[in-house]
Amino acid sequence: MTTEAQTPEAQAEIVGQDAASVPAEEPPRSLGGRIVDNVKSGNLGILPIVIGLAFIVAFFSFKATNFFTADNFNNIIVQMTGTTMLAFGVVFVLLLGEIDLSIGYLSGIAALTVAELQLPGSGHQYPGLVAIVIAVGLCTFIGGVQGSIVALVGVPSFVVTLAGLLIWQGVILQVLEIKGVIVIQDAWINDMAVYHFSKSAGWIIAAAVTGLYAIGTLGSILGKRRAGVANRNPFLIGAKILGVAVACFGTVAICNHANVPNGLPLAGVLVVIFLLGLTFLAKRTPFGRHVYAVGGSAEAARRAGISVARIRILVFMISGGMAGVGGVILAARLNSVDLNVGGGTLLLDAIAAAVIGGTSLFGGRGEVRSGLIGALVIVTVSNGLDTAGYKTGTIYIVTGVILLLAVTLDTIARRLQVRSGR
Amino acid sequence: MSESRLLQIRGLSKSFGSVQALTDVDFEVRDGEVMSLVGDNGAGKSTLIKCVAGIHGYDDGEIDFDGKRVHIHGPKDAAKLGIEVVYQDLALCDNLDVVQNMYLGRETRDWLFRLNEPAMEQRTAETLKSLAVTTIRSIRQPVASLSGGQRQSVAVAKAVQWNSRLVILDEPTAALGVAQTEQVLALVRRLAERGLAVVLVSHNLHDIFEVATRITVLRLGRNVGVYEREKTTQQEIVQAITAGAPTKVSGIPAAAEAPAS
Repeated sequence: MTTEAQTPEAQAEIVGQDAASVPAEEPPRSLGGRIVDNVKSGNLGILPIVIGLAFIVAFFSFKATNFFTADNFNNIIVQMTGTTMLAFGVVFVLLLGEIDLSIGYLSGIAALTVAELQLPGSGHQYPGLVAIVIAVGLCTFIGGVQGSIVALVGVPSFVVTLAGLLIWQGVILQVLEIKGVIVIQDAWINDMAVYHFSKSAGWIIAAAVTGLYAIGTLGSILGKRRAGVANRNPFLIGAKILGVAVACFGTVAICNHANVPNGLPLAGVLVVIFLLGLTFLAKRTPFGRHVYAVGGSAEAARRAGISVARIRILVFMISGGMAGVGGVILAARLNSVDLNVGGGTLLLDAIAAAVIGGTSLFGGRGEVRSGLIGALVIVTVSNGLDTAGYKTGTIYIVTGVILLLAVTLDTIARRLQVRSGR
Repeated sequence: MSESRLLQIRGLSKSFGSVQALTDVDFEVRDGEVMSLVGDNGAGKSTLIKCVAGIHGYDDGEIDFDGKRVHIHGPKDAAKLGIEVVYQDLALCDNLDVVQNMYLGRETRDWLFRLNEPAMEQRTAETLKSLAVTTIRSIRQPVASLSGGQRQSVAVAKAVQWNSRLVILDEPTAALGVAQTEQVLALVRRLAERGLAVVLVSHNLHDIFEVATRITVLRLGRNVGVYEREKTTQQEIVQAITAGAPTKVSGIPAAAEAPAS
């Protein structure tokens, strides 16, 4: 579409060095026009996935009697939290065009650490919060070590983290073969997954999140206006704030309506906190900008004076840290740690979530929120099939088909983008 | 003439293992001139500019910048001196927009350590305007969607917005059509008019004769001549490129025979 703007007249102007012809301020485009523009340039955004999710929800509402209930909604939030946390970390790694296969069992290491550190009578019992901090810190450190091998030595991340997958699985087996199951009794740790806010606290949280979003958005509008830079369509900004408000208050309303468990789950609030924090990191800080740059072209980033190795190591630390957070929440949900911790489809679900949500495997393209959206799709599908009485095999097949569809759509969009540019 | 000499290289040598890429090369650029660097493939053009840009170390030789002896050990040293290089492959991130690319690695932040987007966007618009780069519809579109000439313009604008004094352009028109080449050459002329020293590496003699003030010819890693554009012909340059003898000619002082330091 930009090449079309390159009309002969425009060319003639340049050749004639008509310095007076300043680029005309782009008029704010209508919402419909923007969507058409975006789709043409291969940026489908979250639209297809939201439509898909609506279909999935509608389908299971008819198929299973107890799917479309407030209780199950509340349940899904807690179910998806662990995978979502891992997926947030995966988004950063994918933005670099790397992969981290170790996060599944790394989350198991966090679960094991936190369970071991809260064990009464073990001689090394710590308060729940301290245990959580140590477990997440350990995983961040391990991520940093793996990242250093990738960034400084130059071993492909696939190999390093595959080795990590085997090593951390081995460590978990070695420890738990002797101990069997470790039960988590510490209330602080278990609350990560089982605590639900009271009704009024839920409303206050919804209001706070909406308010913060609105203040942040208005602040950036004022900043742009002060600098004399074009703002986006005001209707679109208004619609976005309204959308966030509806999502927040709607979620709290449904959670408060649920019987068992009643109220907004702490796990859901943690997801929102990490979503906002990591989105800020990715979009509003130089570090995040550099992550996108390294993923887009490592050579260009290096020439711009960015320390590519530093960015790589930090991203693997984020990935490890988020695996740690997810691992603690998953352990808290089960109140225990056993031999299966960190295994199963956790790793692949997390990667699939990030990809389904629209993050590219080739680096440089994606958003933190895609981890949340993808995890929502995966967990909703598996929860729906489960409630409708399907077996595990069906769940895997359907998840696989959705992953394939999402990536195919994304690839087609990319090809359109290449065609529309240059 | 010597007081306006911004970059002066004497006796630069560089080898990659057993391959002698540069042998005792002299090179100079003055403020406000477009110095063209030409030579056949493998003549050492890229190696020379990479030495100046700090990408390669050099084995031997002296580099004076603005009258002072300098040692360039990395891209950051070069940037600190005000030397900016626009590479053949542009070194732009396709997935980032124009503003993000212009400020890559030197983002401005506000008091909350957030990226100061409005300020960056405003200054980018000003820079592009001052260089009369007017075809870019929106500076918030990804670089991937720009045409070759537009990309080249962004790369050049990125190089000059940091108070740079010497801009090195490596084959800036190699992949461009006629109109876009014209656009980039006009930009090169504007840089020199602003008083910047410009080094233009190119294969295209037509382009060179359109914008260059002087022409340095390299052949097999040696300097075979410096020519004033006004006083030479394309034929003479072609002759020098293909068969020039390594002599130190007009414009280069005799002191160029620098001892190994």
